[in-house]
Order: sequence, then C-alpha cells, then structure tokens
Amino acid sequence: MLRAAVFTARLCRGPARLGAPFSAAAASIPAPNPRPDIFCNKIFINNEWHDAVSKKTFPSINPATGEVICQVAEGDKADVDKAVKAAKAAFQLGSPWRRMDASHRGKLLNRLADLIERDRAYLAALETLDNGKPYSIAYLVDLDMVVKCLRYFAGWSDKFHGKTIPLDGDFFCYTRHEPVGVCGQIIPWNFPLLMQAWKLGPALATGNVVVMKVAEQTPLSALYVANLIKEAGFPPGVVNIIPGYGPTAGAAISSHMDVDKVAFTGSTEVGHLIQKAAAESNLKRVTLELGGKSPNIIMSDADMDWAVDQAHFALFFNQGQCCCAGSRTYVQEDIYHEFVERSVEKAKSRVVGNPFDSKTEQGPQVDEEQFKKILGYISTGKREGAKLLCGGNPAADRGYFIQPTVFGDVQDNMTIAREEIFGPVMQILKFKTIEEVIERANDSKYGLAAAVFTKDLDKANYVSQSLRAGTVWINCYDVFGAQAPFGGYKASGNGRELGEYGLEAYIEVKNVTIKIPQKNS
Amino acid sequence: MKKQGSDSNPAPVLPALPEPLKDLKIKYTKIFINNEWHDSISGKKFEVFNPANEEKICEVEEGDKEDVDKAVKAARKAFEFGSPWRTMDASERGRLLNKLADLVERDRLILATMEAINGGKLFSTAYLMDLGACIKTLRYCAGWADKIHGRTVPMDGNFFTFTRHEPIGVCGQIIPWNFPLVMFIWKIAPALCCGNTVVVKPAEQTPLTALYMGSLIKEAGIPPGVVNIVPGFGPTAGAAISHHMDVDKVAFTGSTEVGKLIKEAAGKSNLKRVTLELGGKSPNIIFADADLDAAVEFAHIGLFYHQGQCCIAGSRIFVEEPIYDEFVRRSIERAKKYTLGNPLLPDVQQGPQIDKEQFQKILELIESGKKEGAKLECGGGPWGDKGYFIQPTVFSNVTDDMRIAKEEIFGPVQQIMKFKTIDEVIKRANNTTYGLAAAVFTKDIDKALTFAAALQAGTVWVNCYSAMSAQCPFGGFKMSGNGREMGEYGLHEYTEVKTVTIKIPQKNS
Repeated sequence: MLRAAVFTARLCRGPARLGAPFSAAAASIPAPNPRPDIFCNKIFINNEWHDAVSKKTFPSINPATGEVICQVAEGDKADVDKAVKAAKAAFQLGSPWRRMDASHRGKLLNRLADLIERDRAYLAALETLDNGKPYSIAYLVDLDMVVKCLRYFAGWSDKFHGKTIPLDGDFFCYTRHEPVGVCGQIIPWNFPLLMQAWKLGPALATGNVVVMKVAEQTPLSALYVANLIKEAGFPPGVVNIIPGYGPTAGAAISSHMDVDKVAFTGSTEVGHLIQKAAAESNLKRVTLELGGKSPNIIMSDADMDWAVDQAHFALFFNQGQCCCAGSRTYVQEDIYHEFVERSVEKAKSRVVGNPFDSKTEQGPQVDEEQFKKILGYISTGKREGAKLLCGGNPAADRGYFIQPTVFGDVQDNMTIAREEIFGPVMQILKFKTIEEVIERANDSKYGLAAAVFTKDLDKANYVSQSLRAGTVWINCYDVFGAQAPFGGYKASGNGRELGEYGLEAYIEVKNVTIKIPQKNS
Repeated sequence: MKKQGSDSNPAPVLPALPEPLKDLKIKYTKIFINNEWHDSISGKKFEVFNPANEEKICEVEEGDKEDVDKAVKAARKAFEFGSPWRTMDASERGRLLNKLADLVERDRLILATMEAINGGKLFSTAYLMDLGACIKTLRYCAGWADKIHGRTVPMDGNFFTFTRHEPIGVCGQIIPWNFPLVMFIWKIAPALCCGNTVVVKPAEQTPLTALYMGSLIKEAGIPPGVVNIVPGFGPTAGAAISHHMDVDKVAFTGSTEVGKLIKEAAGKSNLKRVTLELGGKSPNIIFADADLDAAVEFAHIGLFYHQGQCCIAGSRIFVEEPIYDEFVRRSIERAKKYTLGNPLLPDVQQGPQIDKEQFQKILELIESGKKEGAKLECGGGPWGDKGYFIQPTVFSNVTDDMRIAKEEIFGPVQQIMKFKTIDEVIKRANNTTYGLAAAVFTKDIDKALTFAAALQAGTVWVNCYSAMSAQCPFGGFKMSGNGREMGEYGLHEYTEVKTVTIKIPQKNS
C-alpha cells in the first residue's frame, strides 16, 4: 500500500530533485545479510519469551525459495489469555504505566524509534527474508516509515488534549482522554513492521496496553521489535506479541471478554468475522482496515509520462500486495491506446527476482496460497474476455514469483475488476466522461483509496470530492505519511489510522462534571 | 487511593547531580549570524560578570542596530520562498529540534555550569531544573512540528476553502536574564517548529549560554540564517529589533515597563505582531482548611525559588485569619534555614541577585516596607562582603497599599497578609495591574473551583505552586502580558492563518 517518503520526497519536490537517481539512495544502503540470524521466535508476554502453552510450533517460510526459515511458537487461546492477563495487570490503576507522564511515554516511543534505526539493516533483511519484498525497499521505504511513524506518535503523547466545556448551569465540566485499555491488534503480512508501528504508535502514545497477533506468514521482524520494546524500557505487560493463526489466536483476541478494543488490518472477509466476534462477546470497540479495489482515473489532459509511471507504481508496488493498490485504472478514451501500450512496456521492463539483489524491483508473493489465488484470478480474467497484454504466468521455477501482468479491455463486471487480487495484475479500463467514470469508480463495495490525474483544477476538485474513498490522491499515488489519516469508506473498513484522527480509536472520552457554587464566564 | 511515591514510578527520575565543571572555557562570545561568528560592526564589546563574586568572566561583542540589520537580512534570506528552510518537511524541522535536544543533553554539564556562573543560579537548580526544562521543551515542540493542522472549511457557495498555518516570518525575540537558557528555548522552539526564522537578543547580563546554543544550532544542522543571536543592550539592540521594518513579529519577556516600549515601537513601525510576558505580583491564597505543611512549603518555594527572581513569584501571600500566626511562624522558620554562598557549592541554597542594580532596588523596597509599617520578621539586609547577596526576608502584617504589596520586588522578600472572607480575598487578590499567576490552597472543592474561576491570572494553581511544563500555556492577564507561550496555544503566536478559497464547479457535502 505504501510508498516511500523517500520516493515522495525525491519525485515531488520540483525539478532540482527529479533527476536524483534511485541508485544514489541505493548506494547509501548497507549490503544485506541474506541469512540474518533469528533471535526471537517465541511468544512475548510481560517482556519475557514463552513457549506456546500447547508447545506447538509452526514453520515460517522464505517465499523466495519455499524453504523453512525456522519454527515459531504457535500461540492459541491459552496464550492469548496469558497475554491479556499480563496486559490487564500492566493497565491497573496505579501501575507504573498508568502513572507515567505522557511525555515519558513519548520518550519511550522515541527510544524505540532510535533502536529500530540502530538495527535498521538487520530488520530490513529479516523483513525481506520472511516477506519477500526487495531489501532496498524494505530498508528505504518500510523502515523509514516505521521510524517516522513511531516518532510522530511519540510527539502526540502529551498533546492529545481533552477539553473544558461551557456546560449550562452551575457546573464545571471537562473531558479526559483516557486510554481504552487492553487493545487486541491483529496485523497483516504485507507490511509486517510498518503495520506493527501503525498499531503500536497510537495505542502506546495514548497509554493503552497491547496484545498483538502477528501474521503467521511474517512473524519474525515484529518479534525482534518486541526485544527492542523491552530494551527501550516499556514496562512489562504493556506490549505482548503472539505469533499464531487467525482462526485460533486471532479469534481468541476478537472474542475475548477482557479485551477492550480490537484493531484489525487484513481482508474484508475476516473483518466481518472480527466485527461479529466483538458483537457476540463484550461489544469491544472495533477498528478495521480492510480490502480495496481502488480506482485510479487518468484524464486525457494528464501528464502522460507521470500518469503511466504512477499507475504502474500504484499497482505493482510491493508485488501488488497493497490494500490500496490502484487496481482499476480508468483511462479516458482518447489516450487509452497510448496509455495501455506504455503501461505494458513498463510492466515488461519490471525486474523480478531475488529480493536481496539490489536490481530487483519485484520479489515473490508472500506464500503459496496467495500465489495460487492470483494465478486463478489471471485465468478468470482471460476466460471472462479481458485481453492479456503481458505476463500471466509464474516467473520462476521455485518460490512464489509471478510475472508482472497487464489486462486491457477490462469491463466493470469482470471478476478481476470487482475482486481484490492482491498481486501484480493490472486492469486497465476505458471511459468517456467524468460523470460516467465517477459512477463507475464508486460502483464497488470498497472505498479505501482513489486517485485522479489531470492538470485541470476544476476536474481535480470535482472528482476528488465525488469519490467515495478514505484517501484521494491527485496527480500522485500511494503518498503516505504518519501525519495523514488512512482508512476506508464502506466495506474497506471502520475508523482511521494515522494522523490525529488515528488517536481517536485509542481513547475513551470521559466527561467529568462538578457542581460549583456559581458559574462565571 | 495510593499515596504518591509509595511504589516505583517509572516516570523519569532526575539524573544524578554531577560536580560543576572546574575549568569552564568560554568559547563563544561573538554575534551569531548565518551560522557564523561575527564581531560587532562598531567594534564595541561589553563585560560579563559573575554575580557571586563581581568578577569579570569575559567580554562579549556588543550588537547594535547595524548588527541587528545584518541578522534580520540573514533571517529574511533564510525565510525566502523556496529556501531550504521553507521547503523542508515539517517532520524534518521536528527532527532537527530533537537533535538539538540531544546536543543540549550531551552538553548539559557545560551549559549548567555556565548558567550558574553567569546567572548566579544554583548549579543544582541549573543542572536539574533549567536544563531538564530546556530538553523537554525542545522535544515537546519537536513533536508539534508536523501536527499544526490547518482546516478545511465548509464555506457557503460553490467553493473549496482551506486554511494554511504559515510561519509569520522573521521573529525578533528578546529574552531576560532570570532563566537565560530556558527563556531562549521557550522562544526559539515554538518559533522554529512553526517554521519561522529568528533574531534573538539575550540579556546583556547573561548572554553566554545563548551564544553557546548558537554552536549547537549549527551542529544540529539547522540551516544558516534560521537562528541569529545578537547579544547587546535593550535601548540599542532591543530597540532596533522592535522598531525594525523587516521584523514580522517580536516576542519579549521582561519588565512591564519595557513591554510598553516594545508595543509602542511595533505600533510606530510596521505593526509587527507582539507577544509579551511581563511582570507579576501574584497572589497565593491560603485557607485555614489547607494542608498547612504543604502550604508553607509551596508558598516559600513559590517566592524564594531562584532568589525570588521569577515573574511568577507568589509575592502576595494571603493567609486566612485563624491560621495566620502559625503560618507566619513556620514561614520564618523555613526562611531562616538558608545557606547563602557560591552557587556552585552543593550545600548552598541561595545564590546572589543578578546584578548591582537589582540588588539595590530590592534593598530599597525592603526599606520602604519597614518605613510603611510592615513587620520585618527576618532578613532585611545584604549578606557577605562581595557578590549581590540578600538575606531571605519575611514581612508580616503587610497591607495592600504598601509598595511591597504592589510593586514587583524580584528578590527574596516574602509578604504575608491576612484575610477573613472569600469575597474579600478575591477582590484583594485581583486588585492589581498584574495577572500572571495565582494560587489557592484548600481542601474544599467548592472553594478551589471558585478561585480557579475568580482569579484574574493566566495560570492558577490549586494546592501547588510553580508547577509548569511545556504542555501548559503560560502568560498574563492585564499588564502581565499579551499572548501565551508553550502548549498548543503558544504555537498560535508563531503562525499566520491563510484562508485559501477555490471556485469549484459544484459543491457537495
């Protein structure tokens, strides 16, 4: 879903920087260790490492080779119970964590950012090994955004103000922004470290305690960060991290009677289950960041080079494994053919291969299940009559690599235009008028992101206000920063992450009213 | 309810107090413009003294109008549209301020020793309190840099309207001698986090730590021209800043008398924005139902902290009749406990006043107190044979019309008055041209909240005094100032709001 702040800075800052080559930044990346040692593969509770209560383990796989990296303790309901107990104890009234100055919570988050910065190369290598994303991207994009996100929320910790309120009558009335309590956080495999930072940053800045389940495909980097959390000085029980599966550990969190809030990032399908589990248990607060089928609208007056470049990036970034991927590229009729031609050319030149190789732009998909699912969508696309313009097959004989694939002449009712593929498969659709494209763009159960490319001010404003999506980019795509809120309309989610808005999901507002002898303005 | 301190609190424990530096070298004595060191254009220098022994520490380049002009030019250039500072990410400004905090932390011992020698401040206070506040303030403002949100506005008609919170531009900042480093940070941190450029004039008594900061600002990587520091005197360098046609805003902390001059200068020149943090005569009201031990201690510290040289000093203590005598007795006992002397020594609790002028002014006000009939309970004169030391002094039976009850003394002189009723004490507490701070001590919730509302002051403390931190806005009602510093409110003083309205084809909610 994301693109580097580094990228953004380079590309969007005017002519002086436009020419700065990616390789210049690449030169500053330390050489990766493609076989990083694994230090943390257990369950992290109370700042200590635990085996699973069941003693079970599961393998973490390197998606570039299909080989097992290591075994990881498999958390289940009993482990979740243990973690929730630890979290609850850390959240007790009068506990060190509850009594800590807000500014000190900020200091701890800043310290965690420092430690991640210190171990940046190791963490980037671990991320690449476990997830398959190119090391240069992991290092420059993911890790950069992780550090910035934690620093951003560090700053908020003593700035999220309650209010005093001019209540009618002889009363003094104010609000306190109190932490919600024990927050379950279930995170995905596409940006393991970044999603961890997105979840921890606001939760800890506002003083909550956390039980986090990391994705079974990619538990390693998040577990290493657990070690850093301890090193930074967070009190025991404040952050607890459980590797495990959704139907067991994830379900235990979302239906737990002692978890006050659950935040989930993942598929819309599982989002439904989480919401249901919350309803059937204790009505815990729920925030969801789910799937998308985001429209990217290219008007004929757009800067063609830039639009082709960005539309390609919008879809293919992170092997297409982004919830906000621009997976419905709507191109205006009069530039359609040229746009398609250039997009195909660009997709064909995309370098797929060993993610530790600095020339690689695209690594493997995360696992066999995703790999097969994507290939299934490609054959459906062909069957339903879309025009396969390039790619369409596996890209190597081992590992989960898929060729960059482009479909032209895609129709709105085709499966590949309606469902989230989550792979390197681009759909290009044709449109004639603004009114038409707005209607078609909004005709989706999703509403996560959208973009429009045009030089016309009126069109830019009109389209951006018409699109039913939590994020709209104008003449850019995948521009992310910790400052800007992110989340979905419709079935793409509930609530927002990042920005000041992102804090709201992690507080309860308490209104305190005191009788006073006499009110004065 | 658990008593505070009954179990381990992970909140930052104060660092261990080291010995002050034995061989402090003064490396920075020049004018800091464009991240470089300059001689004054006039070639003049002025002497800087140690108020504890009246010895000269060094000479410092004396900035005047021409030097201010140079500094303003540099600041203006750094603020140009398209400059590195203007095009920098807000989060990067935050990172630079955090980096500056790291450097201050690294050089904490140097800065604290310098502050103690140049300002007569207890080394322990400088190291633990002043430097602690500096570091926290920098980090606090660092966090704000990318959180100063404009708004989108649901304007009537087919328009799209948004606001930008833009930096004001070149900010002149004139700071006092009582908390030289803290005041320096209070000024530059919010200004820089909002993206302004600054020309700072430190007080002529205490320019050294500010100049040292110049070197750290450069080391942190803040671009040239963003911070410029011109040591000098008020009537020359200070006046040049406040009259300057190319300074967009002036912020001043100091006396009410000079505050008026600053505002006048702004009015006479370019209507620059003005914020002022001025004097006070803050009431501290002690009810008979208060925790007496705590009240005596807070009232004492509220006045005697840093030799009484605080704009917030609780210099009118109103004590309810039934406990008046006991309160006075205990306050005298507390005041007599002081060891005066060299502020670098660990067992000294009170250092010298800042300079001869202040020293004489304080002694003159003590005389007026005696003459006007207040009862001198202890102290009342100078201490030692060199340095500007004054004995901790307590007056009882003070009445509202005495000079010591009306004028800011800015020294270790405590006034204790008696009151009977709530209405009476509210009226008396507010009967002053000042309105900087106030406090009330009581266990009664109704009284506490009544006073929180009734007192005309920018800060009201309940059952505490001098509790300040970077998160809380600070500033004066009435003639104690204009505007607020610190907290989110403090940022408003460093931004211009720009409303941008764009015609659109069709408005939709």
